[in-house]
Amino acid sequence: MLELKNISYIVEENGQNKVILDDISLTIDEHFVAITGPNGGGKSTLAKIIAGIIKPTAGKIFLDGEDITGLDITERARKGISFAFQQPVHFKGITVKDIVSIAAGRTMTTHEVCDILSEVGLCAREYVDREVNNSLSGGELKRIEIAMILARGTKLSLFDEPEAGIDLWSFNSLIKVFEKMREDINGAILIISHQERILNIAEKIVVLVNGKVSQIGTKEEVFPKLLLEATHCDALHHE
Amino acid sequence: MDMIQKNLLEEIADLHETPKGAYNIRANGKLDSRNTTANIDIVTKEDKPGIDIYIKPGTKNESVHIPVVISESGLDDLVYNDFHIGEGADVVIIAGCGIHNMGLETSRHDGIHSFFVGKNAKIKYVEKHYGAGNGNGERIMNPETIINLDEGAYMEMETTQIKGIDSTIRVTSAKLAAGATLEIKEKIMTHGKQYAKTDFSVDLDGADSSANVISRSVARDKSKQEFFSVINGNSECRGHSECDAIIMDDASVSASPQLTANNIDASLIHEAAIGKIAGEQLIKLMTLGLTEAEAEQQIINGFLK
Repeated sequence: MLELKNISYIVEENGQNKVILDDISLTIDEHFVAITGPNGGGKSTLAKIIAGIIKPTAGKIFLDGEDITGLDITERARKGISFAFQQPVHFKGITVKDIVSIAAGRTMTTHEVCDILSEVGLCAREYVDREVNNSLSGGELKRIEIAMILARGTKLSLFDEPEAGIDLWSFNSLIKVFEKMREDINGAILIISHQERILNIAEKIVVLVNGKVSQIGTKEEVFPKLLLEATHCDALHHE
Repeated sequence: MDMIQKNLLEEIADLHETPKGAYNIRANGKLDSRNTTANIDIVTKEDKPGIDIYIKPGTKNESVHIPVVISESGLDDLVYNDFHIGEGADVVIIAGCGIHNMGLETSRHDGIHSFFVGKNAKIKYVEKHYGAGNGNGERIMNPETIINLDEGAYMEMETTQIKGIDSTIRVTSAKLAAGATLEIKEKIMTHGKQYAKTDFSVDLDGADSSANVISRSVARDKSKQEFFSVINGNSECRGHSECDAIIMDDASVSASPQLTANNIDASLIHEAAIGKIAGEQLIKLMTLGLTEAEAEQQIINGFLK
């Protein structure tokens, strides 16, 4: 499905090179893969590189065997990559129905939009004509962000911390959304998350630390070491 | 009426045929057709060009269309339209001006509209300005709207100029008596070397009066927009104005809000924001499969909807 070969991303900061991603190679063939690891480890950068928002400094990306490294965001979206942002974007004047229709690539009926919104736990009728702006709460915007991915139904869906900014009550119902998606999806879900309940349903977990893959495996393989790493004090480690 | 004029009529007033109810259609500076009803009378002014529109007190669910179309190059048209709206009436007024200029000379329409809205009357006023034609002659419109709201009156004004007007100075002034409410929504898009100036001035004279002035605009290419809004709070009142602009290419937009409170209980707010389309908005829509140009178009369409 998705293959990353020797992906590196280096930026210049105060005249010095800073390595954000360091020679990452990964293959995603499972239905549900989670990427986790400490903040600043390069997870979001990796997702943006897959979606084409950031160009890697080195390395190649293959989707179903096709080299997509040179393709832009739109071309990758059309090849079947969807990306749910960690921070949903606001649009003045664009309604929930509009944006879900744009995602689906066709004008959807209110009924169709309602069906998708219900799947992400929004009481649909109240939302279809609302604008996608700050009149909606963070949790509502995150659900709409997920609804867009469902409307697209592409072969690869990337989620960057879908739990961020969501209260515990909403999160409980959101987990059900992902569990259902895991059952229904034909393609693959790649999800960046810190939530144990999300990691629990992943077939494979990738741990990214300081721009490198520190572990890959099932939760049984990864969890014990993950807890060890969590107790490690980073500041002391560097000294 | 020829095809060009019919097309203009469709653009500015969504009219495909003769409108229902009262109407006064002006084409190339002359009266084309008129209809009055039992409650709405339209009378040609004798001292200057224009009409007086009289709406009887208590008139409900009726509408008045007063579109102006110009297809003659070099025509300079000036009209004074006065609306006298009786107490307790509830009506919709649809104005608008379309200029199709195929020639080399400037075509110009200046409409001066005065509203005298009676006690507790409610009106919705919609005006749309549109220009077309391939000629080099300029298309100029300078609408002026003078609003007088009596006690408890309510007026909603929607003014739109999306295409084809080379130069416009839009002046709107309003005086509100006690308990009156004014809502203004302006939408403007300029392109090429167009110039658009908006000048709102609202006097909140009566207790518990309120005004909400919202302008959304998009400036493209080398066009220039200026937005002035003055709200004077002269009693216990609420005033809010908002100017929200998207700037593109080499355009220029300036916003000059002015709020004056002359009463301790006046509550006045102004919000102004000018900026280009946010990069993250474009990126989001591109991840949904749109090209950058398509994403830009969706964002503008939504913004001006």
